[in-house]
Amino acid sequence: MPNKIWVFIEQFKGAIAQASLEAVGAARKLNSEMGGSGVTALLFGQGVQSLAQDVIAHGADEVLLADDATLNDFRAEAYGALLVKLAQAHKPEVILAGATTRGRDLLGLVAVDLNSGSIADAIRLKVVNGAIHATRPVYAGKLLSDVTCDERRPQLVSLRPRAFPKPEPDASRTGVITPVSAALAEEAIPTKVVDYAVEQGQVSLADAKIIVSGGRGVGGPEGFAPVRDLAQTLGGALGASRAAVDAGWIPYAHQVGQTGKTVSPDLYIACGISGAIQHQAGMRSAKVIVAINKDAEAPIFKLARYGVVGDLFKIVPALTTEFKKRLGK
Amino acid sequence: MHIVVCVKQTPDSAAKIGVENGHVTWRDASLVVNPWDEYAIEEAIRLKEKHGGKATAISMGPESAKEALKTCIAMGCDEGILISDPALKGSDALATSYTLAKAVEKMGDVEVVLFGRQAIDGDTSLVPVGVARRLGWPPLTYTSKIAELDPAAKTIKAERLLEQGKQIVTSKLPAVVGTVKDINEPRYPSFMGIRKAAKAAIPTWTAADLGCDPAKIGAAGSAMRWPSVYPPPAREGAVELIAGAPEEIAAKLADKLIADKVI
Repeated sequence: MPNKIWVFIEQFKGAIAQASLEAVGAARKLNSEMGGSGVTALLFGQGVQSLAQDVIAHGADEVLLADDATLNDFRAEAYGALLVKLAQAHKPEVILAGATTRGRDLLGLVAVDLNSGSIADAIRLKVVNGAIHATRPVYAGKLLSDVTCDERRPQLVSLRPRAFPKPEPDASRTGVITPVSAALAEEAIPTKVVDYAVEQGQVSLADAKIIVSGGRGVGGPEGFAPVRDLAQTLGGALGASRAAVDAGWIPYAHQVGQTGKTVSPDLYIACGISGAIQHQAGMRSAKVIVAINKDAEAPIFKLARYGVVGDLFKIVPALTTEFKKRLGK
Repeated sequence: MHIVVCVKQTPDSAAKIGVENGHVTWRDASLVVNPWDEYAIEEAIRLKEKHGGKATAISMGPESAKEALKTCIAMGCDEGILISDPALKGSDALATSYTLAKAVEKMGDVEVVLFGRQAIDGDTSLVPVGVARRLGWPPLTYTSKIAELDPAAKTIKAERLLEQGKQIVTSKLPAVVGTVKDINEPRYPSFMGIRKAAKAAIPTWTAADLGCDPAKIGAAGSAMRWPSVYPPPAREGAVELIAGAPEEIAAKLADKLIADKVI
């Protein structure tokens, strides 16, 4: 009999999404606050049995494992149909997921069949009289909204990546792995995944602990070279402001901000970025912000912990050299 | 082809948003078409230009949302329809997707419904997938390119921008397509377009016109409750400016960042 606190485990090509492990941690906390009987993880894919033990090590007590060719890659229709079928059978109290593109789509989709509410992109969870009260940013983070589901169940909540701590794995943990079958045959799934054009070896912005970003001040595509060097030296991801993307200096996938990605790194280094409200919307929750800009009046200096008024083409390479020394590279 | 684009009217992205008496306010900041929706509107017009047919913009909102629909017409949509009714007030994503799906069903011959990625007020991005599920159509969210579309064969090939990079999918029409910024460059309304929009009659469809079940719309049809909204805690402290020669700055900054445990 599956437990009542469920977590959807997202995996891509055999790698579990960080946000899913963070969700397992959050689920454990909810489980103790709600007096639950344990955490059940849902793991769908093909050839992913070996991941189940890792999910248990991170805190799941049970894994409902669906291993099927139709689930080889996430497709909302296939994963949604299976999650709905399982949820209607076992009536969980809560289903958590990372608020990734897939996680948000999945919970938004199953909310319809389950006729329940989906809370997207929560940064904090509280339990009040047995119900979840989630805090989520609205108006691009200018305000926070506390939101809760009425009496409908399950409560579907996606968690903003890096807003919840990732649990430490404990290899000695044991749990039950229960196989389940896929819900839809391949012929019933209209969407087929043809291919991926994946940037190899890149740190994903949403998962990054460190992000180094370039803005209008880098002046051109070549100007990103020192910014990229610093990002690589620090093992971080490369970001950009809208100005740099619109100018065609770097692909949109790197854009941080209101019409780009929202990130929550430990460290955000903004190089030649003025810090317009729309950019701030995407990075204001970073733990430490460093701003490097020629213009002492740039709004970014109001947000930053550390600021350098100067030429990024002198400062950024100096930082790279210094960190190569400190990190022994 | 009949293409529908769903738009929302939101405060301008530069607006100062505050809370007064527990309610969100943006003072006298202007209301605009949700910035993400501009890409969806542009894509709707491009599909119409390429395949022929009609692009209809719809918006669920108060009377003021007619201005957003006029912007759609000025850019090149053929018509706009406002979905408005006191009974729709207090709708969450569940109730909104129900209502929008009813509107699409009422039109009957729609092949593609386009959405922007999310609305910059609620930021949930839940409505497009909800509409797709209710219509029983594929949810092609995060689409950065419609690579192929064949109305006769009823097929579509799209590139989607996911965390790991681009995913290329094929699927069937009719479909819901959620767009992201990379998909196109929205055009400015032409002078002729603005004149046409100013003269356009924009009908209003009520909940009854759509045949909505009262239990599924507005607050009654919503699962979400919003007990409070408030500004985030202010970031503490003023910036610490670091000066000196580049090497000195680098050394000082490295010390501090390592001490802060962010490196």
